[in-house]
Formats: sequence, structure tokens, C-alpha cells
Amino acid sequence: MLRQIEGSRAVAEAVAMCRPQVICAYPITPQTHIVEALGTLVKKGELNAAFMNVESEFAAMSAVIGASAAGARAYTATASQGLLYMSEAVYNAAGLGLPVVMTVANRAIGAPINIWNDHSDAMSQRDAGWIQLYAETNQEAADLHVQAFRIAEELSNPVMVCMDGFLLTHASERVDLPGQEQVDGFLPPYEPRQVLDPNDPVSIGAMVGPEAFTEVRFLAAERMRQALDLIPAVAASFAREFGRPSGGLVRPYRVEDAELIVVALGSVLGTIQDAVDELRADGIRAGALGITTFRPFPAEAVREALGGVHRLRRLVVVERALAPGSGGIVTADLRAALATTDGRPPHPGDTIISTVIAGLGGRAVTRKALRAMLTSAAQGDLPPFSFLDLRRDLVESELARMRAARRSGPSAENMLRDLSATAPGALD
Amino acid sequence: MPYQPIKFYQVGSFAAGNRLLPEDLRSVQSGGDRANTLTCGHRACQGCGEALGARYALDAVTRATKGKLIAVNATGCLEVFSTPFPETSWQIAWLHSLFGNAPAVASGVAAAMKAMGRPDIRVVAQGGDGGTVDIGMACLSGMFERDDDVLYICYDNQAYMNTGVQRSGATPPAARTATTPAVGPEPGNAFGQGKNVPLIAMAHEIPYVATATVADLRDLEYKATRAMDFHGARYLHVLVPCPLGWGSPPADTVKVARLATESGLFPVFEAEAGQVTGATPIRHQVPVQDYLRLQARYAHLFRPEERTDVIARIQASADRNITRFGLLDDQDQQTSRPERVRLAPAPHDYSAGER
Repeated sequence: MLRQIEGSRAVAEAVAMCRPQVICAYPITPQTHIVEALGTLVKKGELNAAFMNVESEFAAMSAVIGASAAGARAYTATASQGLLYMSEAVYNAAGLGLPVVMTVANRAIGAPINIWNDHSDAMSQRDAGWIQLYAETNQEAADLHVQAFRIAEELSNPVMVCMDGFLLTHASERVDLPGQEQVDGFLPPYEPRQVLDPNDPVSIGAMVGPEAFTEVRFLAAERMRQALDLIPAVAASFAREFGRPSGGLVRPYRVEDAELIVVALGSVLGTIQDAVDELRADGIRAGALGITTFRPFPAEAVREALGGVHRLRRLVVVERALAPGSGGIVTADLRAALATTDGRPPHPGDTIISTVIAGLGGRAVTRKALRAMLTSAAQGDLPPFSFLDLRRDLVESELARMRAARRSGPSAENMLRDLSATAPGALD
Repeated sequence: MPYQPIKFYQVGSFAAGNRLLPEDLRSVQSGGDRANTLTCGHRACQGCGEALGARYALDAVTRATKGKLIAVNATGCLEVFSTPFPETSWQIAWLHSLFGNAPAVASGVAAAMKAMGRPDIRVVAQGGDGGTVDIGMACLSGMFERDDDVLYICYDNQAYMNTGVQRSGATPPAARTATTPAVGPEPGNAFGQGKNVPLIAMAHEIPYVATATVADLRDLEYKATRAMDFHGARYLHVLVPCPLGWGSPPADTVKVARLATESGLFPVFEAEAGQVTGATPIRHQVPVQDYLRLQARYAHLFRPEERTDVIARIQASADRNITRFGLLDDQDQQTSRPERVRLAPAPHDYSAGER
């Protein structure tokens, strides 16, 4: 049913249609609207589930671990600091192989504290053993949750659905929400692979020493390998049942003859596609590649989508997270994917890969800025590593302050002061 | 020949005399149908108080729930010695997740049982003092505050024994641990304010809070059983001496625990909805020296010379417990002194009985 609806509400209703039995909630911006809506559905009796208001994100993930191990379909949602605070339990859920589904309303990580969107939170958990799916639109965010439960439960592996905080969670747009019967037909009841049952008691979470730990971890890798087959299969099944494409591994856009391809995750892809269209109008053969499944990293699908690396001239990876001291997180995976054709480097030097750090802490990634950056990339002027829309004046004056005095003070606050001093209409 | 009545306390132990009781009053452990929840073959140290306490407590809970039980375990000695892969000593459904989250995991299990229409399956969570009073405190308080249907059992051996005897928030003053060594002018753990989790639990006004020790295993069984009469959050704090960490002979585990209660250092009581409903009286009060002297972790209080100043402070805390919980029969009645209500059969009731 088509509705004009807030992204969080759409996700909450999609999750509710998946009939979770235990939902844990601890509030953190910008995830709140999702759990608020779910709590209301439970309170009104429209969703038959246990809704737990817990005391922290660590408890939220811990409680869904318990619920999932006890055989219940379990869900929670978080963001940013909350994801970090539950990190130990995030790894634990994956290690135990529990098919929990969690929404991450992507938000920056402090300090400095910042409530707005980027991907630093989810990227920090990329090696936790969770499948990570990134939604491009609110429609996809809703759809991915329906797919996520099926993927998680089939593999017995947790799935994180990442949706950009505010840009998606708080945006109202048209979403086609599925009907309950449709979802019931798509998502079978949860049949746990392992369960706490007094009639058939097992020990779960036992200590494992060197004699089998590697094998347990191998199986984690194996589940991820299986996920690479399962995720597109579930997406195809979803497309058949629901009549629209959603999810999958990668999403190519006008890449067939492209010489310049922009790679990105999440909602920024819409703006990137607009920029690609403009570049095409300018005569630049541009394209875009959305990565919907970031974990497992779909190396083969990426290679296929890029259609043979030797033909391609330039790749620009737009990263909404920074790996200080390393650069771009997605770039590293992309390079590895492109370097692993038959075990030999594919025509080194043919493809120039640039990392562009963009949209940190909610800074808007505009079509204008993207177009300018991509145009310079097409002309060979884009450095291997750069920040989009960086206020270089702010950085330079702070660097100068740090050179001038040992006790130069807190950088963030210094730059904020500079900003207010140079703001139009500033009094002093 | 004149009939000689048997006084059970003649043997100095409540454990003895079990065979002489009517069958329905005998301990869970003496029953042929005991669950052996924590069965033989585990790797606890000789004289481990935690293994003893866990076995008695969980067998009692298992009987009380007719086997419809799921256990959640915090990381720690109990988890490690019971489940090195692929052996497990647990004969019940058992889950270990992390160090600091056992109460929350158990809450999740309880929520799942409710959501799946199986409220008859009960949940117990257990951990050591580190997992309870320190790293798991937030989750524990949350579980209490929500009144989730979980019995949490803390096996308190007063330090991080699993990692090699480091200080925890439950380590008593003056005790030597690896991080509070017996060196310098004030050797051992500092005198802090303590963290009395049974009282913290009572402040949540949860349905049932109790303390117990492995010196009185009938009392431990009774309290584990009694806890299952209630729904909602319940807390059982069991003092379990650790021969390795306390430096006491493995054969003296029960004796050390008894001296902890008889000195007044560890009050044994139970409480409902935030009110103390009963306390186990001290039968033969002993000075704290008797308790401390048995343990190498307090050796620096007696050598090279006796630290009477430190011992006096420890005795003062025992005396405070005695007053607060009314642990001595002949003590002046305090207005706050709780009534000694026994809610179910316990060994004391028969100790002076005649047969």
C-alpha cells in the first residue's frame, strides 16, 4: 500500500509485519522514532511481542541475544555511540550465530559529539561478523528489514540494516508498505538452529580453546560466503513476491560504457546518480555503483559490475566515514576486490582509484559539489585522497594556532569560534 | 535404658543429621532424584565454594521448577571450569554470553518465554562478584527495576578469581589480592565504603532478596527454593570461599564460610519487597580474628605483629552487621530489629528438637 510516511515509521511497520517476538529499545537519536512506533504498536495490542525498555544499548543487544537463543525472533535498533556501547555484545551475537536483526540509523561518532549522519558507526562494526545491508531509500529500508529476517534466520547469522540517520529516518516520502499476508508468505516462522530448551538441554556459549576456535571462526567466514549467494536469491524472491527490486549485493547505474565510476553506500547514491546524469550531459562517460551489501563484501559482484577493470579509467569512492591514518574503509575493500582476479594484479596502472571523504557528521553532499569533484576526476585532477567541501580556511587557522602556542586549546571549539566570528552578521 | 534425645547441632554442622529427618524435610542433595545440574567432571579447584554453592542452588531451583529451567551464566570461574569445549558439566539448558550482561541476557530469555507463551519455563542467571557488583551492575539494576522474572544468583568469592585474584568491588578491606598487595604501611585492600548488593537489591524493592553461604547448605537450598515461589526479579547472594584466592585450606571452605557468618562479617538474611523478613542468628559468636586467621589473604594482619588497629575496624563492621540485622539473640532489642520469621522449614527449626 502506497503511503506518504516517515522513514522510521515505515521501518517500524515493516519490522512489525515480520512478527518479532522480543523488541529491545534504548533511545538514541536518530533511531528513536523507530522504537517509539514499535512500542506503540505493542502497547496498542497490534503487535504481539515483548517490548523491553532496557537501561543501555549493551543491555539491548544482550537481551536480544537471550531472546534469540531462547527461540524468539528478536529485534533492536541503535545508532552511533549506542552501537559502540553495545559493541562487545554485537560481536557476541555473531559469534553465537544468533539471527538477530538490528537497524542502525547511521550517525557520526564523537568526539566531538554530533548527532547527524555519516557511516562511522556501522563501519566500526564491519568485522563483527554481522551481515551489513545499506538502504538507498526509505522504500529499500523498509524492504531490507523483511529480507533481513529471512537472511538472518536461514543462515543463523545476525543482520544489520543500515539507513542514513535523518536523511532517511526522518524523511517523509512515498513508501509502498507490504501487506501482512505478503510478508507472512515471504518470511516463514523462525526455526532456530540452536535453542535453549529444558526438554533438550544444550550448553550454548561454552569456552572454546585453540583446538576448535579457528574452526568456529571458519564457519563464520563460511556463513558469509553462503550469504553472498543467499542475499541475491532473497532479493530476487522479494522482487517476485513484492513486484519491486530491493536489496541484493550491488546496484550499478549507467556503468556499461563508463570510464568514471563513483562507488558509494546509502542514501547519497540518489544524489550521485543525478550528478552522473549531469556529467553524461557534459559528455563525460560516468556511472555509479551502489554497494547494498557491504558485509560480506561482494567482491565478485563488484568486479562484474565494473565490467572488467582494464577498460575502466577511474574509480571514485565516496566514503561517509574516515579511517584516520588509513583513509577510506570502502576503498580498501574495493582495491582488494579488484586485485583478486586470478591471483594477479589486473593491469596495474589502468585504473586510478580516488577516495573522497564526504558528508561527515551531517554535512550535506550536494550535487553541485559532487559534479565539480567528478569533473576534476575526469580531467585527472582529483588527488588520491581528499575531503569533499572541506573548509580549508578553518583548518589552516587552527593549524596555525597549534604551531604558535603549545596550549592552543580545544580544536573543535576554536574552529566553532572562528566560524561564528566570520559568520555574516557576527557582531564582533 | 533411658531415651537420649538427639540434638542435631551436637555435630556442629547442619549438614549432618539429614538422614535422621523425615523424608519430606531432607535436603535436595540427599534425594535420589537430584538433578545434578552441575555434574561431576568439571575443573573447579579443590574445595571450590562456588562449585558447591552453584550445585546446591541450581539443584534446588531445578526441583522447584520441575526442571523447567533455563540458566544464563556470566563469564567467570563458574563458566570456565564448567564448560571447556567440548565438555560441559551442565545438564540444564545453559547460555553464556559475556561478563557484564548476564542479567540482561536472562531478561531477554524471560521476555522470550513470555512472548512465546511459556511463562512456566523459569530463568536463573548467575555470576561471580565481579560480574555482579562491578561490570554487570547496570544490567542487574535494570533487571531489578523492570522486575523481570529472573532469579539472579551471585556467588561472591570477593575478588576476580578467574583472572588471578584481583580486587573487585566486593573485596573486603585489608584483604590481599594481586592488585591490592600486602605491602607498604597499609597493606591489602583499602577501607572503602563497600558495595552491599543485597541492600542495593532491596532498595529496588524487588519481591525477594536473600543471602546465604556454603556453610549452611540447607539454608541455601531453602532460599533458592523460596525464591522460585515469587515471580519478578529476585536476588540471592551466596558467600563462596575460594581456597586459591583466600589462601585457606581446601578442606576448610565450609568452616571459613561459617566463621564469616558467626563473626557477623557476612549477615545471612532474607527480605521481601525491600523489608528484612528474617535473619539467621549467630549461634556461637567468634571474634573476627578467628575468621581472618584462617586465610593467607589476611596474613599481614598477624605477622610480623598483629595489626590490632585494622582488626578493630574489621570487628567494628561485623558489630554493625550484628546490630543492623539483629544477629545475636541476647542483644538488646533494637527498634529496627527485624523479626525472625522463618517462612519455610530450615535446619534451625529442628536443631533443638527431640525424637
